[in-house]
Amino acid sequence: MELYQLTVHEMCDLIRSKKVSVVELTQSLLDRINAVDAKIESYITVLGDEALNRAKKVQERIDKGEAVSPLAGIPMALKDNICTKNVKTTCASKMLNNFIPPYDATVSKKLYNEDTVLLGKLNMDEFAMGSSTENSYFKITRNPWNVERVPGGSSGGSAASVAAGMTGFALGSDTGGSIRQPASFCGIVGMKPTYGAVSRFGLVAFASSMDQIGPLTKDVTDCAIVLNAITGYDPMDSTSANIKYPDYSKALINDVKGIRIGIPKEYIAEETNPEVKKAVLDAAETLRKLGAQLEEFSLPLTEYAIPAYYLISSAEASSNLARYDGIKYGYRAEKYTDLLDLYIQTRSEGFGVEVKRRILLGTYALSSGYYDAYYKKALQVRTLIKNAFNEAFAKYDVLLGPTAPTTAYKIGEKKDNPLEMYLEDIYTVSVNIAGLPGLTIPCGFDISNLPIGLQLIGKPFDESTLLRVGYTFEQNTEYHKNRARI
Amino acid sequence: MSKTLSIIKIGREFEVSVGMEYEMIIGLEVHVELSTKSKIYCSCTTDFGGDANTHTCPICTGMPGVLPILNKKVVEYAVKTGLATNCTIAEYSKQDRKNYFYPDLPKAYQISQYDLPICQNGYIDIEVEGKTKRIGITRIHIEEDAGKLMHDEHEIGTLIDYNRCGVPLIEIVTEPDMQSAQEAKAFVESLRAILQYIDVSDCKMQEGSLRVDVNLSVRPKGQKEFGTRTEMKNLNSLRSIVRAVESEAKRQIAVIEDGKIIVQETRRWDEHKGISYSMRTKEEAHDYRYFPEPDLMPIVVDEKWKEKIRKSLPELPDARRRRYINEFGLPEHDALIITGSKALADFFEDAAIKSNNPKAVSNFILGDVSRILNEKGMEAEDIPFSAEDLAKLVGLIEKGTISGTIAKKVLEKMFEQNKDPETIVREEGLEVVSDEKVLAEVVKKIISNNSQSVEDYRKGKDKAFGFLVGQAMKETRGKANPQLINKLLKAELDNKIL
Repeated sequence: MELYQLTVHEMCDLIRSKKVSVVELTQSLLDRINAVDAKIESYITVLGDEALNRAKKVQERIDKGEAVSPLAGIPMALKDNICTKNVKTTCASKMLNNFIPPYDATVSKKLYNEDTVLLGKLNMDEFAMGSSTENSYFKITRNPWNVERVPGGSSGGSAASVAAGMTGFALGSDTGGSIRQPASFCGIVGMKPTYGAVSRFGLVAFASSMDQIGPLTKDVTDCAIVLNAITGYDPMDSTSANIKYPDYSKALINDVKGIRIGIPKEYIAEETNPEVKKAVLDAAETLRKLGAQLEEFSLPLTEYAIPAYYLISSAEASSNLARYDGIKYGYRAEKYTDLLDLYIQTRSEGFGVEVKRRILLGTYALSSGYYDAYYKKALQVRTLIKNAFNEAFAKYDVLLGPTAPTTAYKIGEKKDNPLEMYLEDIYTVSVNIAGLPGLTIPCGFDISNLPIGLQLIGKPFDESTLLRVGYTFEQNTEYHKNRARI
Repeated sequence: MSKTLSIIKIGREFEVSVGMEYEMIIGLEVHVELSTKSKIYCSCTTDFGGDANTHTCPICTGMPGVLPILNKKVVEYAVKTGLATNCTIAEYSKQDRKNYFYPDLPKAYQISQYDLPICQNGYIDIEVEGKTKRIGITRIHIEEDAGKLMHDEHEIGTLIDYNRCGVPLIEIVTEPDMQSAQEAKAFVESLRAILQYIDVSDCKMQEGSLRVDVNLSVRPKGQKEFGTRTEMKNLNSLRSIVRAVESEAKRQIAVIEDGKIIVQETRRWDEHKGISYSMRTKEEAHDYRYFPEPDLMPIVVDEKWKEKIRKSLPELPDARRRRYINEFGLPEHDALIITGSKALADFFEDAAIKSNNPKAVSNFILGDVSRILNEKGMEAEDIPFSAEDLAKLVGLIEKGTISGTIAKKVLEKMFEQNKDPETIVREEGLEVVSDEKVLAEVVKKIISNNSQSVEDYRKGKDKAFGFLVGQAMKETRGKANPQLINKLLKAELDNKIL
């Protein structure tokens, strides 16, 4: 195996045993980026010399025994909506084309504190709106398993860079499936933690009540390691949960005996691709054989999750994105006649089509006279969906289903049909609506050798059980060992 | 203006020549900047002034990805205000976003409170022309202030100072319970006194830390339905409020008398021109698209916290006024004025106790001290000498060291020099002259120099005596003991007659 193909824990072993230096490792990943990213287009910004300088310093700290984290010396990359001090953070938007934050996101700070090495910033759908990474102002990211296919989105750059071995791990953000669906499409592990488990400070907001940062990794062990580094209460985020967080590496237990797993009937419905459905049910069978108790059940209101999600997320987005007005930072139109025209021209030119579509939808949903029919109704649906999950979790420890209804589709295939694109999120959005943790792990390949993802949904702050089930599945299957050939 | 219109009296009611009487209905929205040390959602200072954009950070300038953290002190101050104005304190309230585009609002939304404010259903009792009236308070909520736009002197464009961005505000909304400019003014005065007493704001109207919007409508007397109201903004002094209310009531009556309809609109008051003009009508009003602020958790004020805050409340203006009447024997009117300003009341009370002569202190404060403050455009908190100094001044009169007239002069000097009254009196030789020999010489001199007045006095003209006393006082530059002068002059004159 090449260095770049290794998992984080394998890289860590090599660094600790001095078989490889942090500089060598960093250089090998930078070489890999140079070699393949022209085909994949996952990075918006690559830090070459900065990364190598950082690698040198980290190696010194390791040599002195000052850097002891399992992430010490691990090269990583961040989705470009996670603020990095003095490093451009664009949200893949013309609007923030040249925005350099004077502050770090809490997760950036936490990862620096673990002595990781930042390789660069990753492509995404503009402002995290999309499911294919086709909505980037800069470029379209491609799926490492098949460059004619989308990597999923919105954290498509994060998923593709991990899958193609261009980083040790990546962070993405997940508002309606934006970590899990691209991880699924790219055959890797992705976790959306419980809302409140990871600080949102410094994550450029899309839909504040659902946004959550999480790891994209090559296996479940890596996921636990990164989760240990990024979770925790943050006084800079009022919605961050002030609880005691477990050591997630202790959840890596190869045993699912007695774990009660529910399979929502609505998640293996007719619209689910048969190959996806088969892989997911096979995975369920594997877990049953390993001692888990499985049961199908009905999770009501699934059909209302998509409309509720798009109303709430767009409403919040319409407000969150209002600050990009051409006054203080970011893009400003060159020609305008007065203040109103400055706003109109700047926002017309600075935002892409999908972002504008959501701002319009959200503004409409919040408008006087429509608020009750749309936004308020969506909030009521949200409560009902939460209740439905609560009932389900009275009976089950984990819910199981597909991450996405299909495998990676062709670039351009759904771009002109937003509604069809929105339906891609059908199995993922409920999890954000209810604020639950969701894990996706590879569970098979379709006939075109495209990866299929298995989604595990847990109780609030019970990431550990998800990791345990995922880890057990991994230990008894080989899917996660497959690497995209690029 | 309509020829039928002739307002005879502006006050509780209007009389118009055609016989129609109108009354006005006024409700106020008062924005108060709280005097917390740091801003409402970040740790930047709230200090007034400072170079443009130096009291800012990524949070209060709305940079991408930042989040607000509610300053607990702001909640405490709002609850304090609510308790001091007899409000119900919500155990659970929330914050909402008010969305609109304007360059002084960096996030393009203001975090405010929409349907669940911290305080509701309170009241303040005001006093106008000796009558007490209860003014309802609908709600008090917390929100953040915006920045300031400045038109650049070089005319390059508009400059923005975000220093004020995120300074905490409370908005106090009243019921439409006021019916005259004087009532509106009295409400603002009473509210301001309460806010100063509980020490949540400096309430400096000229610096914008207390701003008033007036909602006003008129209706024919006896009509039950409210007329269409207008909202007037930008009223930053008590004088503006009174003038704006009177002007707007006149305007609305004129419109009605002209057979036209009042347009529901927001108007801006121009203090210099003394008129208001339309800013936007209801049709042009913003749709603020309020929705719950997802970045902040609900505000919870439990019973324990509420009681702790209640216990921290100081004596409020009403209680203090009653105490001044009972304890110090002040007349109702004097007590009302003195307790209207916390600084003035504190000053009074301190001086009253130290001098043990509340009435004399009160007379000074309501008389010369207030007059000098007015002339100098100063507030009570700007009085440059201590309460002890005023007590000393009162003591000097009591002891007969100086006369009342001289005391006025000493007071003037106390405003100008950093010296206590005893030093001033000593340095300037202002002590009363009670030496009979000295004064007898003065009296003799006055009598010999004013033979005409002496003649008049002998003819029984009392005025002439007063004139002669005045001359004697003048001769001694006011320092003569007046009783002694009286006695000596009378004796001398009567002696001459005999």
